[in-house]
Amino acid sequence: MSNDPAIRTGEHYINGDYACAEGALACGCRFFAGYPITPATEIAETMSKRLPEVGGVYIQMEDELASMNAILGASSAGARAMTSTSGPGFSLMMENLGLGIMMEIPCVVVNIQRGGPSTGLPTMVGQQDMMQARWGSHGDYEIIALCPCSPQEMFDFTIKAFNLSEKYRIPVLIMADEVIGHMTEKVVIPKKEDIVRYHRKKPLLPPNEYVMYETNGSLVPPMANAGEGYKVISTGLTHNEKGYPDMTAEAQEKLITRLCNKILLNKADIIEVEERELSDAEIVVVAYGSPARSAVLAVKKARQQGIKAGLLRLITVWPFPEEKILELAKQAKTIIVPEINKGQIVREVERCAKGNCEVIPISKLARIHTPDEILVVIKKQRL
Amino acid sequence: MNWNEVHPMDRLIRADRMPHIWCPGCGLGTNFTCFLEALNQSGLDPDKNVIVSGIGCTGRVPGYTNIDSYHTTHGRAIPFATGLKLANPELTVTVFSGDGDLFAIGGNHFIHAARRNVDLKIICVNNFNYGMTGGQFGCTTPLGAKTTTSPYGNYEHPFNLVQMAAASGAVYVARWTSLHVRRLTNSIKEAFAKKGFTFIEIISPCPVSFGRRNKLGDGLDEMKYYQENSVIRHGIDPNEADIDLNEKIIVGKFIDIDKPTFLDNQPKIRNTSLNK
Repeated sequence: MSNDPAIRTGEHYINGDYACAEGALACGCRFFAGYPITPATEIAETMSKRLPEVGGVYIQMEDELASMNAILGASSAGARAMTSTSGPGFSLMMENLGLGIMMEIPCVVVNIQRGGPSTGLPTMVGQQDMMQARWGSHGDYEIIALCPCSPQEMFDFTIKAFNLSEKYRIPVLIMADEVIGHMTEKVVIPKKEDIVRYHRKKPLLPPNEYVMYETNGSLVPPMANAGEGYKVISTGLTHNEKGYPDMTAEAQEKLITRLCNKILLNKADIIEVEERELSDAEIVVVAYGSPARSAVLAVKKARQQGIKAGLLRLITVWPFPEEKILELAKQAKTIIVPEINKGQIVREVERCAKGNCEVIPISKLARIHTPDEILVVIKKQRL
Repeated sequence: MNWNEVHPMDRLIRADRMPHIWCPGCGLGTNFTCFLEALNQSGLDPDKNVIVSGIGCTGRVPGYTNIDSYHTTHGRAIPFATGLKLANPELTVTVFSGDGDLFAIGGNHFIHAARRNVDLKIICVNNFNYGMTGGQFGCTTPLGAKTTTSPYGNYEHPFNLVQMAAASGAVYVARWTSLHVRRLTNSIKEAFAKKGFTFIEIISPCPVSFGRRNKLGDGLDEMKYYQENSVIRHGIDPNEADIDLNEKIIVGKFIDIDKPTFLDNQPKIRNTSLNK
């Protein structure tokens, strides 16, 4: 065990929600604001117990609007800050997800997806917020969203999410689902020295020369925290490099283009996928989150039956791995997309495939697909 | 005349952002000056002071202040400020926003931050309407007052903000008007020195949006109205400080108590629990 009480180095048998909280603590998260909601409550419960042990702050807010703002405020003061929620709370967070994007404040938002719309199915699984994650706040923007498919990945991806948020000055979403949040498996927490922590770029200039959003050729400006003497001026209004409100078409064009480009032009650094048996695959399953676990077995069984099947598992869902999908669409006859919704990411796959192959959704609600349910669809394509 | 002379308050404003957006006769310039004067006189380090607002005319104050400033979304200044304060308790965090922002769209955040006694300095400029959008009625508009969305007069009972602040748990509650420059400045200084959730309401003229439709005259006429109709009654029950267009405006300091803040309670209660 490490001497740092925030890092419980060793092997654990815990669920995804606990693993997420431990991942946050291990990479330095010291502020959590949230509101109880099934099936994400265990993250808040763990943080309420663990944060005071490591000198951090847990605050239970009055709603998810407040939770989202509190983490933006805490991060502006220099803390690594996180909130967790599920569908209905995620809807409320959309308002100030936009503020975080506009003010370029690093933070992590965890959505343990359940069935919707509205109150829906609080205790059962869903992947119905995937498009909301992309487009849920008003205006044009790019976002980063990761999809873990095991408790170990809940731990690992929470660290990855913090690092990406600090690197690109953007809220990062962990789009998990109820099955992953509540699944208990082995989770290995590494030694402190093996945990990579990326910190936001600090201004190199003295306060009197500091310009809020001057990027100097990079797309991500350095960030001064409150209380450091830099006289931060931050607004949700469209602003110029100095951070001053600028109500012109030119300012809007320049700012929004940079906010999008800092993600789009760094896709190679941000996007991660897992590939299985793709080199000669004629039938490709594209999956993420809990259905990807079933897809692994479905592809394995298909291979045993002599079918050239493969799996592309999306780890980063936003920004979307467009080029990879197009490349596979040119190679494969069919792409199959199992999702616990009525077909969301399948639309993205269709868009990126550009008609080069057939794209088939397997929609299922409130339950995870069985491997055989995916296998049946794979086998049908062979006929 | 020395044109290079620097105004003593220049260090606290972003002079390159002038002229400001406020209308002629608006009370915000005066209210803003009182805040800057209080900050100046308090001896606090401006670099450890943060100002946060939501949306509206008053929401523009932080953008003109030369300290760390955050102009957030409508109604959400208090939770944003809560995050700032709890993540760095060294900071003095002021929320400077309007009545619609803090009590209509942001009302829930206000009562809960007061209940928790988060150490925030809340300054609410109450101009009785939504000025930025051209003068609609809001949660403080007096009964019967005319606005662009209450053309026949407002049907809704308004909030008494000082009563709400006191009932929600604020440790310091005061109300002044834009006319009470010296008393308001002193009140803000007292709030700076006070630990916990403090609340100061400033009744402020909005001649262009509210005054015009209610025949209150221009900004100067509204100030004269405050002079003739405001009554200082320190220490009275805030329940008795309702605002009615036909009654006197009651101002003064109503609440000044001490109780542990959110950050005081957290380690104290945890340690008690662990030592049981």
